[in-house]
Amino acid sequence: MNSSALTIKTLNHNFGSLKALDNIDITLNEGDYSILLGLNGAGKTTLFSLITRLYDNQTGLIEIFSHNLKKNPTKALANIGVVFQQPTVDLDLTVEQNLQYHASLHGMRKKFALNNALIELKRQNMENILKKKVRELSGGQKRRVEIVRALMHNPKLLLLDEPTVGVDIESRKLIVKHVKSLCKEKQLAVLWATHLIDEVDQNGKLIVLHRGKVLANDHVKNILRKTKTKNVSNAFDYYTKD
Amino acid sequence: MNIFQYYLCFKGIVFRESLRFFYQRERFFSALVRPLVWLAIFAVGFRSFLGISRPLGQPENWPYPISLVPYELYIAAGLIAMIQLFNGMQSSLSMVYDREMGSMRTLLVSPFPRSFLLISKLVAGVSVSILQVFAFLMIALFWDVQPPTFGYLTVIPALFLSGMMLGALGMFLSSAIKQLENFAGVMNFVIFPMFFASSALYPLWKIRESSEILFYFCSYNPFTHAVELIRFSLYGQLNEKSLVFVSIYLLIFLILAIYGYDPSKGVILKKKV
Repeated sequence: MNSSALTIKTLNHNFGSLKALDNIDITLNEGDYSILLGLNGAGKTTLFSLITRLYDNQTGLIEIFSHNLKKNPTKALANIGVVFQQPTVDLDLTVEQNLQYHASLHGMRKKFALNNALIELKRQNMENILKKKVRELSGGQKRRVEIVRALMHNPKLLLLDEPTVGVDIESRKLIVKHVKSLCKEKQLAVLWATHLIDEVDQNGKLIVLHRGKVLANDHVKNILRKTKTKNVSNAFDYYTKD
Repeated sequence: MNIFQYYLCFKGIVFRESLRFFYQRERFFSALVRPLVWLAIFAVGFRSFLGISRPLGQPENWPYPISLVPYELYIAAGLIAMIQLFNGMQSSLSMVYDREMGSMRTLLVSPFPRSFLLISKLVAGVSVSILQVFAFLMIALFWDVQPPTFGYLTVIPALFLSGMMLGALGMFLSSAIKQLENFAGVMNFVIFPMFFASSALYPLWKIRESSEILFYFCSYNPFTHAVELIRFSLYGQLNEKSLVFVSIYLLIFLILAIYGYDPSKGVILKKKV
């Protein structure tokens, strides 16, 4: 049986009087590929901010590979790789310098970290961009560099917050394919937040987040069966229709 | 995480700041232009009637080896502190920008303790400001601002402390500023009052002759003590009172900054990062 990569129990979060997350329960195992589907403003980014400890959880529990995020953030965060919704690479620096900076933030030696990055870049036929300034890259390349960066320290849980926003269709397909293969090959647990229904993997898991509440959390096939719908779009409508 | 990993992380943060500094040379030059305008125009204009003379019975306020110093020599220490003040605020501005643009997240999700990450970032910013100060001191030689040679060495610890204090203030402000647009308010309510209500442009005993209230305000202004610490250290002397004030203010601002960026306690919790 796979061990739990991410456990979230009875998580709530408020911004003043606004309830951003309401009693969230999510469990992700090693090798799980889960899509967190929700409209803009559903609470996806807030949930990611809590899992990455940009905010502390006010209530409830977040555990990453059994490490309580609040009590033991160092061990918990060391297992996470994150691709944020907004690009976070420094445009004025080269790809190599950006990767080096990330490696140091995880206490990794430059040589070892760059070797890891190079393997990932080669997988994506991008090894020649190492010396290029990030500003010179296309939108899709920038996002893929962020994915490479997120994987440099060999995390076991990969969080992606709308990673394909602003990326052309071809690059989008490449990113989706790449992450799925990573999930399979490395037994990486993936939580992918999106509002794009076509990014949902029919063989994966789906979490429907709507107005801060988890309305569904199961394998896509089970969700389609339960809602008696033919596709994810209809299932999503089924859950979110008022 | 072991000590070596902490060292790697610290080195990486300092290296990145240095690279940014290298790539943003215009920022470096514009930071130099500001004090040079004060030195080359303001101070020279006032030189003929604004020499500062040794105050009677107050040797603790006079580090200079001569009794009457030309005005540009007097304000040099204030202009050095001004470079550090603007550098601290510039870092604060870039942190607000980084937070709005998202790149601050990369730093904050590092597994190292947040206080360590923030202090490393501060040290990196201070290192850049010390380079700026030395560039200014080199150019200031053309206006006969020439402290003794050992002063260039003894000023370094003072620059480090004052830079850390002003940087920590900037960092705290960056945690409290909600949007980039609010930064203009910082200019009006923090930088200008701090600079003008200090001993940067005129000695405190002169202010006291005009206004006792303003004198007390200036006496507790952190910037005054940064200026005096630098002024004395440029002449190989230690202003103990300013050292104590700068150290206390550094501690207060640092605690506030770390509190501000603490995910569970600080003001950052109340807004979306």
